[in-house]
Amino acid sequence: MTYENLSPIQFDALREIGNIGAGNAATALSQLLDQKVNMVIPTVKIVTFDEMMDLIGGPDASVVAILFRVFGDAPLHVFFVLSIEEAEVLVQTMTHNSTFSLMDENSANKINYSVLEEVGNIVAGSYISALSDFTNLNFQPSVPHLGIDMAAAILTYGLIDISQVSDYAIVIDSKVNSEDSDNTMKGNLFLLPHPESLQTIFSSLGIKEYE
Amino acid sequence: MNKVGTVVRVGIADLNTVREPNTIRTLGLGSCVGIVIYDEQKRVAGLAHILLPDSSVTKQKSINEYKYADTAIPVLVDRLLEIGARKHALKAKIAGGAEMFKFSSGSDLLRIGPRNIDASLNELNKLKIPVIAQDVGGNIGRTIEFDPATAKLKIRRVNREEIII
Repeated sequence: MTYENLSPIQFDALREIGNIGAGNAATALSQLLDQKVNMVIPTVKIVTFDEMMDLIGGPDASVVAILFRVFGDAPLHVFFVLSIEEAEVLVQTMTHNSTFSLMDENSANKINYSVLEEVGNIVAGSYISALSDFTNLNFQPSVPHLGIDMAAAILTYGLIDISQVSDYAIVIDSKVNSEDSDNTMKGNLFLLPHPESLQTIFSSLGIKEYE
Repeated sequence: MNKVGTVVRVGIADLNTVREPNTIRTLGLGSCVGIVIYDEQKRVAGLAHILLPDSSVTKQKSINEYKYADTAIPVLVDRLLEIGARKHALKAKIAGGAEMFKFSSGSDLLRIGPRNIDASLNELNKLKIPVIAQDVGGNIGRTIEFDPATAKLKIRRVNREEIII
C-alpha cells in the first residue's frame, strides 16, 4: 500500500479529520488554560522521514513531545509537540509557578512533568475522541509518554511501524495557539496513521476508491 | 589553524562518504544507529543512519537498502572501497540505539533501539570490521559528527556535555 496515489477527496477527508480533532483539542486546551486558543487549518502532507523532522524545526531541535500509541480499529500515533519554551509556559500557566524550567532536573519537577503528560492526555484525548465520533471507529489511546529530546530521536518512534512498509509518512499537522498578553504558546498535533489504517478510515467515511 | 571543510549531512535511512578535510554528520539519532566506518590512514570515512535492523522482514517490494543495518553496512563498505579505503584497514564507531520511551507492553518492535545495535554489531562482525568505540543505548537522542582527519566522533546530546569517542 502506498501513499502516492491518494485522491483529492481522500486528502480532504484527512484534512477534515485534522480539523475536527484539532477543534476539539483547542477547546479542551482553552478550558484548561482559561485562555483563548486558536487553531490553524490543518495541513495534510506526504513527506519523507527527513522532511517530517523539518516540519518542527529540524531533526536535532529540542522539543517536548507527548506520544500516544493508539490501538483499535485503525492503529496510529498521535504526537503533541511543543518547543521547550512553550512547554515551560504551559506548565507555568497551569501551576502558577513562573520559575519552572524543564531542563532543571530536581524532584519537584516530576510533578510538573506529570502536569505536561496530563495536558497532553487531555488535548490528544479530545483529538482522538473527535476522530472516533467522526469515523465511528474504535480508538484506544495508550497512556501518555513524555519525551524531551531531539525531534528526530523522538518522532522516529512513530515511524517504526510505518517504515516497515513505506519510505514516506502521511502527517496530519494541526496547530493550536494560545495567546494572552504575555505569552504565546503553539502546539503541533501530529497524527500519523499506519498505512493499513488509512483504508479502514476511508471505508468508515464511505470513501471507496482507494487503490 | 583549521583547514576549511564542509559538513556532509546524512539523513534518516541514508548514507554517504567523506574525505578529509570534510566531516560527516547526522542529526537526532534516537532508536536509529549511526555507523561510522573509516580508514584512518587514508582519511576517508562513511556514515550510515539506519532505522531498522533487518531487511528480511520487510513487506516492501523494492527496499531502500540504506534503511536497514544488514543492507546499509555492506553498501557503505563498497562505497568506501570505491573512494580508496582499504578493506583490511577499516574500523568502525557506532552511536545511537536508544530506547526513547519505555513501554510496559513490550512488543519486540518497540525495543527497536537495542535490536538496531545488535544488528549493526553483528553485521560489522560478519565483515570483520573492528568496533573501536561506541556510545549506545540509554534513553537520549544523539547528534554525531565524524572527522576523518582525526578519526574522532563527536557526540552531542540534549542538556548534557558533548563527548568525543
